[in-house]
Amino acid sequence: MSSQPIIEARNLDKFFGKFHALKDVSISVRQGERVVVCGPSGSGKSTLIRCFNALESHSSGTLVVDGIEVFEGSKDVRRLRQEVGMVFQQFNLFPHLTVLQNLMIGPMKVRKVSRDQAEETARKYLDRVHIPEQAEKYPAQLSGGQQQRVAIARSLCMETRIMLFDEPTSALDPEMINEVLDVMVELAETGMTMVVVTHEMGFARKVADTMVFMEEGRIVEVAPPEQFFTAPSSDRCRMFLAQILEH
Amino acid sequence: MTSSETVDLRGPPIPKPPVHQQLLNSVPVAVAIYAGVIGVIVYGSFVGAQNMGYNWQWYRVLQYLYSFTDDGFQWGEIMLALPATIQLSVLSFALATVLGLFVALLRLSGLVVGSAVAVGLLELIRNIPLLVLLYLFYYVMGPIFGLDRYVASILTLAVFHSVLISEIFRAGINSVAIGQWEAAKSIGMSTGQAYRYIILPQAVRIMLPPMAGEMVHLIKSSAIVSVIAVAELTTIGRNIISETYMSFEIWFTVAVIYLVVILILSIGVSFLERKYAVDQ
Repeated sequence: MSSQPIIEARNLDKFFGKFHALKDVSISVRQGERVVVCGPSGSGKSTLIRCFNALESHSSGTLVVDGIEVFEGSKDVRRLRQEVGMVFQQFNLFPHLTVLQNLMIGPMKVRKVSRDQAEETARKYLDRVHIPEQAEKYPAQLSGGQQQRVAIARSLCMETRIMLFDEPTSALDPEMINEVLDVMVELAETGMTMVVVTHEMGFARKVADTMVFMEEGRIVEVAPPEQFFTAPSSDRCRMFLAQILEH
Repeated sequence: MTSSETVDLRGPPIPKPPVHQQLLNSVPVAVAIYAGVIGVIVYGSFVGAQNMGYNWQWYRVLQYLYSFTDDGFQWGEIMLALPATIQLSVLSFALATVLGLFVALLRLSGLVVGSAVAVGLLELIRNIPLLVLLYLFYYVMGPIFGLDRYVASILTLAVFHSVLISEIFRAGINSVAIGQWEAAKSIGMSTGQAYRYIILPQAVRIMLPPMAGEMVHLIKSSAIVSVIAVAELTTIGRNIISETYMSFEIWFTVAVIYLVVILILSIGVSFLERKYAVDQ
């Protein structure tokens, strides 16, 4: 793991109208680092990672992702997004395209890769997420867990350097959560830089290099997982962990 | 669930509707009522026409549909006018769709000027009667820009329907989930690429039924161009009547032809809808 930051956010603030969603947030992520962000709902976790690929634009502060300065109206936004993949809570697969077409359309239309090469890449990553046999189906014909794995493969097909996960298992039935987490663990083992918003603490313990706890738009705690789970320094974080680890 | 296996039903049966309702809804009774109503209307019209001394001459109508001469089978005047109506409608609809998409994108562009222009256009055109719009294009714009009656007709129909179609496009585009935009953007697509490959193909499915309705509406409103004597179904009907005085027969015939064309169109569209529905 190199020590060079690939995401560097300084003093980010974000307003939705009058709502102060991010308050003076600074965070830096090194290349190859796996960061898990947790916190109660409405704490700004999703907003933060959506800023990283410019789906939201921060109101003030500086944000540099993979050497590209991110700000509203930047011409480099599309170049940035080609380096930063995003996996959504609701999968957001393209329902009118087959699984294979879902994976090929980005490389073909955005990266101008040939059809043959795009298909080869698509099949490679479908193998990687363990559903090569679903290539010709439409998303609606797949289970939630399979859809989310297709969505991960879709991001991988863009050969991104950073992957953002916005509560990837929150919309899944319990029995499908593990098949998605397994794929994410395997992805972590390849050395991909990952920023994951999730409440899956088992996953966090297994792969995280750094745990981040947010509340009310602020980063309250940043710690390696051993320390985070055993001796969190803030009371809020301790209470939150007690609540979600109770069961 | 599509399984048709028989299930062991428990619990009290649902009570049946009252007897008079069951009776009214039974097929023979419903058909009889329907036939009765139609029969009264048709009979009433005939008696009324008889009383005013109308001389029915249905036997003379056929020659305007088709005829057999020494040269063999030939379409009659009315049937020859039908392609003109279809051509007029198709050209106008194509132009209206292009204009409609443009107006919808303008409205959705997020530019204040763009949406102001689009809304202004929509309100302006939607609130002028079609006939007045036709007169404006033919008698005002015509001489200014050198438009002949056919071009003026196409422009009138296209402009009038484009604003209605733009609303269909807008509704279709807005009905595609915001997550689709985000997914398209997050794999690096430009707005144009997202529209073309992700948003519009999904919007089209939703737009198909109202677009078909708009096409039907357009075919019907195309009859209005007969007031500036563009050769099409209604104009030809009028011409025949002025020669033969068979107004009842010809107008009935013209109405039935419009009806048949539109029914064929509706059947085609419902076929398309089923096909698209299966694909998903």
